[in-house]
Amino acid sequence: MSDVAIVGVGMHPFGRHDISGMEQGAFAARAALADAGAQWSDVQYAFGGSAAAGNADTLVSTLGLTGVPFINVSNGCATGGSALISAYNAIKAGAADVVMVIGFDKHPRGAFDPQPSDYGIGDWYGQTGMMLTTQFFGMKIQRYMHEFGITRETLAKVAAKAFHNGSLNPNAWRRAPMTEEQILESTMIANPLTQYMFCSPGEGGVGLVLANTDVASKFTDKPVLLRSAVLRSRPFGSFEVFNPSLADQRGNSPSVAAAKAAFEQAGVGPDEVDVVQVQDTESGAEVMHLAECGFIEDGGQEDLIRSGATQLDGSLPVNTDGGCLANGEPIGASGLRQVYESVVQLRRQGGARQVKNEVKTAFTHVYGAPGISACTVLSV
Amino acid sequence: MTVLTETVDTTARAIEAGLFTWPAEQPRLIGSRCKACGLVTFPSTSGCSRCTADDTEQYLLATTGELWTWTVQGFRPKSPPYEGPVDFTPYLVGYVALPGEVKVETLIVGVGLDDVKIGMPMELVIVPFHSSVTDDALVTFAFQPVSAARPAVFTTAANPSNTGA
Repeated sequence: MSDVAIVGVGMHPFGRHDISGMEQGAFAARAALADAGAQWSDVQYAFGGSAAAGNADTLVSTLGLTGVPFINVSNGCATGGSALISAYNAIKAGAADVVMVIGFDKHPRGAFDPQPSDYGIGDWYGQTGMMLTTQFFGMKIQRYMHEFGITRETLAKVAAKAFHNGSLNPNAWRRAPMTEEQILESTMIANPLTQYMFCSPGEGGVGLVLANTDVASKFTDKPVLLRSAVLRSRPFGSFEVFNPSLADQRGNSPSVAAAKAAFEQAGVGPDEVDVVQVQDTESGAEVMHLAECGFIEDGGQEDLIRSGATQLDGSLPVNTDGGCLANGEPIGASGLRQVYESVVQLRRQGGARQVKNEVKTAFTHVYGAPGISACTVLSV
Repeated sequence: MTVLTETVDTTARAIEAGLFTWPAEQPRLIGSRCKACGLVTFPSTSGCSRCTADDTEQYLLATTGELWTWTVQGFRPKSPPYEGPVDFTPYLVGYVALPGEVKVETLIVGVGLDDVKIGMPMELVIVPFHSSVTDDALVTFAFQPVSAARPAVFTTAANPSNTGA
């Protein structure tokens, strides 16, 4: 069976912009084509999506009416990851040799305002003030800190690292470094998480050109292998956002299953990964996802993070582009940003944020409502 | 168990029918139990998320348990869907573990930020909820520490004096 390579990547900077989300998607797509040395007419299949910025397939009127099959993907926070998995499967299935993946978004300012009925929950849940992702994140890390001894200082270190990495990334939204003290002393949003421990909904776009490895050399002499792309919904007993009740019996998060399957499919283990991008909607998420994805045992993050291992010059650099914390979260583009950053690191094109150690294998993990997780393993 | 029915207008409508028994001397949350595997859920559902069976029965939940986790809602949620007070005060939410049954997500009243603790014994209370959108005087459910002194005025917010988040 064919293998899948990423031969071109493009990004519209994340942040706040005066152009539409769709235009940011077109910009990213064109940048990815240019990076691959490809034309839009070379693309045989396309998958794309946004949560709040329109139908991705509308982009054909900007990119060119080539008649390419273009499928819109809508899967919440895993929209980008789902588009990528669709492209991966299309190439694996032999349906196409060159596939474009586009994710973009543009959200209003402030927290997301999901409606209970979209999640099968009664209106009372929203009326009384429980329909907030921020509460879930606060409650999950609060419990985790209680069970595994993670401290608030560690949460602050995660955010400080994100803003430091963001300051070195020209495409990042938040480019000003912050001290741990500033982060700890900022407004309390959802105890124990303060304002600067949370990412914000934002804007941006990412495009990726994928190709069958048999034809990849036509576009690049440095293909990045997409060795696995896996999505899982939540298993029984997991602790997820927007749940009026949780089972008495505790189970694993969907990230555990997604990461395990991604590693198995790729034929590598977490110990072979050189650079990691995990969903850091807030500081605690990065801490917990490192364990859920198999990089450290529960509770081991406290020493790992204090030791500096997750920094750019550490043994396990995490969220090297500043993650969601420094880039914000345009839902359709967010998971693809992680893949973009992995390709940049694998090609050693990270400039000031390039990790110190050799990078042969990279891992990405996106998580979102109502309990979905998508992971990839990439290598050169 | 004590329920604060004596201070709540028992003619006030429940925020949602089928969520808790109301009016009732000892209100209970209404969940469901899977007839095949016994899994308890709240609110009631027709299918079982554990064994995938589709035959459940009504099950009234225990009224006491332990606080499993909590957080503060530090900013006024967007409206819609939020219908709480326009003049916002941060409030506590959490999950209360009802032993052997289920963990219920709930507003937490009768305790402030300085005293709330994972593991503290909690009990069900019915509290007024005034919709700032429809102006309806409703009641909803919450949990409070078992030993909590009664606040003079019940609101869905936690004790405002020490939740200055």
